[in-house]
Amino acid sequence: MTDLVPGSAGVPGGPGGRRRDAFGARGSGDTSGFGGLVPPVAALASTSRPFGDEAADTVYDTLERVFPELGDAVERVVFAYGELTIHVRRERLLDVAWTLRDDPGLRFELLSSLSGVDYPDDLTGRRLHSVVHLTSLTHRHRLRVEVSVADGDAVLPSLTPVWPTADWHEREAYDLFGIVYEGHHELTRIMMPDDWVGHPQRKDYPLGGIPVEYKGAQIPPPETRRSYS
Amino acid sequence: MSTHTETPVDGSAETITGAQPYEAGFTESSAGRVYTVTGGDWEQVLGTGEDDGERITVNMGPQHPSTHGVLRLVLEIEGETVTETRLVIGYLHTGIEKSCEYRTWTQAVTFLTRADYLSPLYNEAAYCLSVEKLLGITDEVPERATVIRVLVMELQRIASHLVWLATGGMELGATTGMIFGFREREKILDLLETITGLRMNHAYIRPGGLAQDIPDEVIPAIRAFLDYMPKRIREYHALLTGQPIWKARMVDVNFLDAAACLALGTTGPVLRAAGLPWDLRKTMPYCGYETYEFDVPTALEGDSYARYLVRIEEMGESLKIIEQCLDRLRPGPVMVADKKIAWPSQLAIGSDGMGNSLEYIRKIMGTSMEALIHHFKLVTEGFRVPAGQVYTQIESPRGELGYHVVSDGGTRPFRVHVRDPSFVNLQAVPALTEGGQVADVIVGVASVDPVLGGVDR
Repeated sequence: MTDLVPGSAGVPGGPGGRRRDAFGARGSGDTSGFGGLVPPVAALASTSRPFGDEAADTVYDTLERVFPELGDAVERVVFAYGELTIHVRRERLLDVAWTLRDDPGLRFELLSSLSGVDYPDDLTGRRLHSVVHLTSLTHRHRLRVEVSVADGDAVLPSLTPVWPTADWHEREAYDLFGIVYEGHHELTRIMMPDDWVGHPQRKDYPLGGIPVEYKGAQIPPPETRRSYS
Repeated sequence: MSTHTETPVDGSAETITGAQPYEAGFTESSAGRVYTVTGGDWEQVLGTGEDDGERITVNMGPQHPSTHGVLRLVLEIEGETVTETRLVIGYLHTGIEKSCEYRTWTQAVTFLTRADYLSPLYNEAAYCLSVEKLLGITDEVPERATVIRVLVMELQRIASHLVWLATGGMELGATTGMIFGFREREKILDLLETITGLRMNHAYIRPGGLAQDIPDEVIPAIRAFLDYMPKRIREYHALLTGQPIWKARMVDVNFLDAAACLALGTTGPVLRAAGLPWDLRKTMPYCGYETYEFDVPTALEGDSYARYLVRIEEMGESLKIIEQCLDRLRPGPVMVADKKIAWPSQLAIGSDGMGNSLEYIRKIMGTSMEALIHHFKLVTEGFRVPAGQVYTQIESPRGELGYHVVSDGGTRPFRVHVRDPSFVNLQAVPALTEGGQVADVIVGVASVDPVLGGVDR
C-alpha cells in the first residue's frame, strides 16, 4: 500500500510518510512485522497547548504576546521529546528571527546550529527543511525553528543579518541540500569542490559506494545491501 | 607578440595566438583544444592600482604545519599586517553524516567517533544521548554507565587540552611544551586503551549504555594518574604561564569579546576566556553533571593568553570530576535492561586479543536457537527508533557539540547533523586575525583549537 497516512511514521508534527503494511517486507528480510506498525497520528497537526513543559510554554506565550501576527507567521507548533519546534513560513522568517533574538523575554542570542533535512515524502510537498536550533543564554531556553521549501523553489531568507554565525551553516546547507539563502553575502560551496554537480545529502543522491572484496567474497556497497526500513 | 603555443601532436592543427600581449593562445590538437599562457608578469596582467601598495595575497595551507590538519587560510597582507583573512575548508570532508544514513543506529557510532578525532568520546556521547532521547530511555541508562561516560569524557577533555597545549606550543616554538603535552596525553591514551580497547575512535559509548564495563585494574591506574597530573599542571605553569616570550606572543593578541563570540557562535574556552561562564555542564546539565562539584574557569581578557589559562584550569577541574566519578562507581550493569535495544554480544579477552566471549558463542550456537535469532536480528537489522527529531548539546573541549538526529521510525538514522564546535569557532578566525600581524594568525588559529576532522566531517 502506498497511500499517504498521517505521521512521519508516527510522530506528531513529523513530515509525513508512506504507509507500510504490518508485514510490508518490501523485498527486505523483515518478517517480524515491527516495521509496519505505524500508529496513525495526524501529521500536520500542531501540539495542543499547554505543552506541559514550563520552558516551552513560557517561550511560546512570550512569543505570542510580543509578536501579534504569530498565527500568520507560524504554520504549526510541535512539542515532542521535550523540545519545542515552530514551523515558520519563509515570508515571515526574518521578522520572527529578529523578535526571537531581541525581545527581552526571549533573548535567543545564540544560533547553535542550522542544518538541512530532506524529506522526500513530505505531505506538504516542500521536501527541503532548514532547521535552526536557538539557545537563549539569558533564560536557558532552547527552540527549534523549522522552515520548509519545495525542491523547485528552494529559496528562503538568510539568517546572517540576525545571527552572523549562520554564515557557514547556510553555506553547508546550500552545498549539501541545495537550499538557497537569499541575502547571504557569499553563498558558495563549503564542503564539496566548487565545481561539484548536485547536492550530496539529498535522499535521492546516491551514496556512491563500491563493492569490497573480503576473504574472497564480494561485499556490496552499503546502499545496495538489504535494508530493513 | 610573446605568446607561444605548443606544436600540435599531429602537426596539422592551426595555432591561434592571442591578439593582446599575454592573452592565452590555444592550439587545436587531436586531443582537443590546448590553451597556453606564457610570458608576462602579474603586474602587467592585473595592473597596479594606486591602493595596492604592498598588498599581497598569501596562501597558507592546506598543508601547513600550523593549520592543524588541512585548513587553508588565504591572507591578504600589507607588509606585516593582515588586512583580510579567508578560510577554506572541506579538504577532509568524508561524508560521515551521509554514511550514517546507510547503517544501523548502533553502527553510526563507529562513523561519528571519527569526526572530531581528538574528542571522539564526546561525539559518541552526544549521539547516544540523542538516540536515547528518541527511544525514551534516557532515565533507564544504568547509573554505572553514566558515571563511566563522565569519567572517560573528562579524561578525554584533559587529553584534548594537552594536544592543544602541545601543538599550540610547538607553533610558537615552545617545543618543551610540545613534549610535555604529548607525554601526559600518552598516559591518558593508555588509560583509555585499557578501558575501551582503543587509543582513539573508541566506539565505546553505545545507544543504551557502553560497549563493555571498565576493567578493575584501570581504577588504580586512574588514581595514580590523578596523583601524577597536578604536579604536571604546576610544571606547565612554571614553564609557560609567566614566561616572557609566551606572554609576549599571547597577551592582548587575537582579542574577541563575549558579544562577538555570541554573534559568531563561538562557544567553549574562547567564550569563557571572554568572561561569560557558559559551560553546558553547568547551565544545561546532562549525564548528571549537576551532581558533581567543579568550577567553571573564566577569564576577562578575551585574548589568546586568557584562553590558555582557561584551558589549563579546566584540566584541573576535570581531575576533580574524575575523582568523584571513581568514588561513585558501584557495581551494576552498563547497558539498558531492554533486550530489544541492548547489544547482545558479550566481549572477552582471549589469547588473540579481544573478541566475542566464547561462553556466549557457545550459548547462542549450541543451546539456544532463540538467542541466536535474537542476536542475528539485532546485529544485522538493528532496533527501531520512534520517529521524530531531537537536538542534544554537550560541552566538548572545544565548545558546544550538538547533534541533530532525525528518525523516520526505521532501523537507520534518517538524518544526523553534527554541530561541531570547531566548524563554528573557525568562523571567528577572521575577526581574531584581521588587523594583526602575520605571526599572530598562527596564534589565533591555535587559540581556537580547531580539529579539522570535526570541521569537515
